[in-house]
Parts: sequence; C-alpha cells; structure tokens
Amino acid sequence: MAWLRAFFDFFAGDLRADGIVPARGHTAWLVFFAAATMAFLAVFALAIAVAAGRLANTWSQEMAQSVTVIVDGPQDQRQAQTDAALRVLETTEGVASARALTPQEQRDLLSPWFGDEIPIENLAIPQLIEVIPAPQGFDAEGLVLRLQGEAPNARFDDHSAWRDPLVRSARGLRILAAASLVLILATAAAIVSLGAKASLAGNFKTISVLRRIGAKDAFIAKVFVRRFTLRTLTGAGAGALIATITVAFLPSAAATAGFLTGIGFTGLGWLLPLMMPLLFALIAFAATRTAALRLLQELT
Amino acid sequence: MIQLEAASYRYDDTPLLSDMSFGIAPGSFHFLTGPSGAGKSTLLKLLYAELLPTSGQVTLFGQPAHGMDRDQVALLRRRVGLVHQDCAFLDHLTISQNICLPLTVSGKSVTDDFAELLAWVGLGHRADAFPPELSGGERQRAALARALIMAPELVLADEPTGNVDWEMSQRIMTLLLELNKMGTTVLIATHDLNLIRTAKSQVSTRVLRIKDGHVQLAEVDL
Ligand SMILES: Nc1ncnc2c1ncn2[C@@H]1O[C@H](COP(=O)(O)OP(=O)(O)O)[C@@H](O)[C@H]1O
Ligand SMILES: [Mg+2]
Repeated sequence: MAWLRAFFDFFAGDLRADGIVPARGHTAWLVFFAAATMAFLAVFALAIAVAAGRLANTWSQEMAQSVTVIVDGPQDQRQAQTDAALRVLETTEGVASARALTPQEQRDLLSPWFGDEIPIENLAIPQLIEVIPAPQGFDAEGLVLRLQGEAPNARFDDHSAWRDPLVRSARGLRILAAASLVLILATAAAIVSLGAKASLAGNFKTISVLRRIGAKDAFIAKVFVRRFTLRTLTGAGAGALIATITVAFLPSAAATAGFLTGIGFTGLGWLLPLMMPLLFALIAFAATRTAALRLLQELT
Repeated sequence: MIQLEAASYRYDDTPLLSDMSFGIAPGSFHFLTGPSGAGKSTLLKLLYAELLPTSGQVTLFGQPAHGMDRDQVALLRRRVGLVHQDCAFLDHLTISQNICLPLTVSGKSVTDDFAELLAWVGLGHRADAFPPELSGGERQRAALARALIMAPELVLADEPTGNVDWEMSQRIMTLLLELNKMGTTVLIATHDLNLIRTAKSQVSTRVLRIKDGHVQLAEVDL
C-alpha cells in the first residue's frame, strides 16, 4: 500500500527536484518509442486473447444447446425406430422438445452441399431428430443407454466431435495470446529499467554530488523513476491509442461473428486497451524504482 | 562530536592510515596537514562516512559509522558542511541554485538568510551566473556558501585554498575563522603551512599531522 501511495505521490512531483538532473534526448526517445511499440503489440495480443476467449465460450455454450439424434439402419425399420427414439426423448428429463425433421427440411439442410435435385427418398439418408434441451440440460450418458435399449438404430450426436477440438484450439490461442502479453510487458519493463540504469550511470557525477550534500537514495531515485514512468506512460499511451484505433477499424467484432472477423473488443471491453498505458506506467514505476535503488547502492 | 578509536584505513594491501585515535570537540578549530598523498582526503572521507574504517571505530555525532544505513548517512551529511578543492557544482544550475541544493534535496525551502550568506561570501552579484563562468576564488566561496546553507554543526574543508592566490586564500580563511567564532566546528585539510601559521595568530587551533600513516598532534612551531 505504501508503494501505491508512493506511486500516486510522485505525480504531484517536485519541479525543483526535476531540474536537478538534466534530461538528455537519447534515452528519452528510446524509452518513448519502446513503450509505444510494446503497448501497440500488447493491445493486439489483448484483442486476440479476448476474441479467442469469446470464441471458446460461444462454441462451448451455444453449440451445446443443439443436439441431434440420428436414426440409421434399414429403411423398413426407420419409422418404428424414429417413433421409439421420440418416445424416449419425450420422457427424458431435461429435454424441452424433440421433433423429427420433415423430408423437406432434410432436403434444405443437404441442398447447399449436393444441390436441389437430389432424390432424397431414394437415398439412404438417416432420419434426423432435432432435440432442444431445457435450460438445466439433461443426462447425456443416461440418454445414450436408454436409446440403445429402446431404439438401437438411433445415435446421439451432441457435435462434440467437431466442437471440442475447436474449443480446445480457441483456448490454446487465448493462452498463447496471454503469454505474449506477459512477455511484451516483461520486455517493456526490461527496456525501461535498462534506460533508467543507463541514465543513472550517465549522471554519476550529479548523483555523487547529491549524495555528498545529504540527498537520500529515495530522493535521487524519484527523479529518475518519475521521469521514466511519465515517458513510458506517454509512449504507451500513444502506442495503445494507435492500436485501439486500428482494432476498431478491423471488421466488426459482434459476439456472434466468426473468428477472423472477431478480433476486437465489445462493449466495456473497449476500456481494456485504454488501461494498457496505466499498466505500463505501473510496471515502469516498479522496474525503475527497483533498478535505481539497487544501482545507487553500487554507485556511491 | 567526532571520535576515532584505533581507526585504520587501507585501499588495497598497504595500510594508508593506521591506528588513529583522536577526538574533535564542538566549537574547536582544527587543521589536518601532511604532504600530498599522505591521506588527508581519505581521513576526511572517514569523517563524513563516505568511507568506513577497515578496522577500529569512527563515531560521528555519537553514532558509530559502521552501524549507519544509507539514509542515516544522508542525514549525517546534512549536519556536516563539505568544501572541496574541486567544488563539484552542477553546471546546468545557477550559482544560487547550486548553493541552495542542500535545501532542495532535504525538502526545505530557501530562507531569508540566503541573501545574507551570499553577500557574506561576496557573491551577491553572481547569483545568476553558471559555475563555469566563475573564477577559481568565486567558486571556492560559492562552495563555502553551499556548505553553510544548512547551518551545519561541523565544516570539513579539503584544500579550500588549493586553487586560489594568496590574497583570496586569506579571504577564505577569514570567512572560516568568523564562522568558528559564531560557534561552528571547523576542520581544514591543507598542505599549506603558511595558511596554518597565519591562522594560528588569530584562533587557538589544534594541528593534526599525518606522518607515516599515523596522526600526531603537531608541535607548536611548524
Ligand atoms: N579510491 C582510491 N583507491 C586507491 N587508492 C587511493 C584512492 N584514493 C586515494 N588513494 C591513494 O591514497 C593515498 C592518499 O590519498 P589522499 O587521501 O587523496 O591524500 P591527500 O589528500 O593527503 O593528498 C594516495 O596515495 C592515493 O593514491
Ligand atoms: Mg587531497
């Protein structure tokens, strides 16, 4: 907490103290650009993480809502098996409704793949039963067992065969994006503290004069920490702003859109990239403070 | 005020200062002398805790130097005014900003005494100049003013007249003597025996001499 207080304290700043150590152009711009670049990348990593997370949720929740029972086997048993399966479904707790698709509906489902002219009656197309679960869901394993008993030609398909790998890869992508974000932040911290250390070393004479006239380490460190934190804040602010605008101009990120059109933020999520400069500043503060206090002990 | 007990210091294998035991009483006026390279500057560094004795004890304002952390060292230095031969100003600040720097780093505001102090060292007209624009004598007097801005109890001066002519060194000595009359403890390291002789006629002073790595009380006649 004392630390957080120190963080806010120093924005109040001591202008007289700031003038004691001359600012030199070089590291200032290096840190500014590094922070801008890192914040730009960080916003993209964040956008990908958020989009992947949204996608994983969509696939794992919404798709789970639709379940299909497929009745296969010899044509002459098809109707009896379908009726049996429907009876099982109707008496299953957690199933809101179950309905056999009409031949026309089945034709409509297939036409995008095979064209309109298919003689569906002559093909060995299985009968599909659309199952809509009640909100609390049903016991899938129990249903599978009962279908096996009552309608052995009926198969239960909750789409997990294709959905699970997609959900898995979306989650993997999210972890990857989050890891990138952590690496980007760590790199930013390293660059900023390196810049601060170079600046401290370059001002060795000034620092030793200040120590001799009774300056505490905290006072000297503050001059550098403040300078580098503000530089990081403005750099990261610029980078994050450009990245956020770029993300905003990517194709829309409505919650239902597919992945490639879905990189971006929705609603309050837009506040996330704008938090990035603050996060960068906080990290720069911690990194330069630690580096400065340690280096001061070594220098004088 | 300051007490050394069997204090020694070595930079490397060969001891530079050995077995020093002496004290500096409040209000006293001391000279520290010895040939160039004898270890005068090193001894002063022990007295403001820039160096710690490699053996023995140095006690500064009642506190053992060994036990001080870095913040305590900073606080100690606010009670000690340092005047160096190489005045070590910050060249991007004006003379008055440089002189007030000890106030700035300790979070104090500039007092009315400042103008008085500036006039006393004869720099009233140079307040807004930058250090490189000053002559050697002006720099030395500015360094003295910076050492005094915090109203220190002890002034340590390392060759304060090293870079100036005889007349100016007399002027600086006069300032230090006046300061001592007002109650400040003064210790001046110098290899200039003439300086000591002229001071001896005006103040009762003790002369410490470093010889062969030991500190001795010098004979009256130098
Ligand atoms: N940082 C240092 N490291 C090693 N030797 C030093 C260092 N500073 C001073 N010396 C040596 O210690 C000796 C005394 O130096 P110094 O205290 O400056 O003497 P004085 O001030 O009496 O001229 C000299 O021989 C000098 O070379
Ligand atoms: Mg010397």
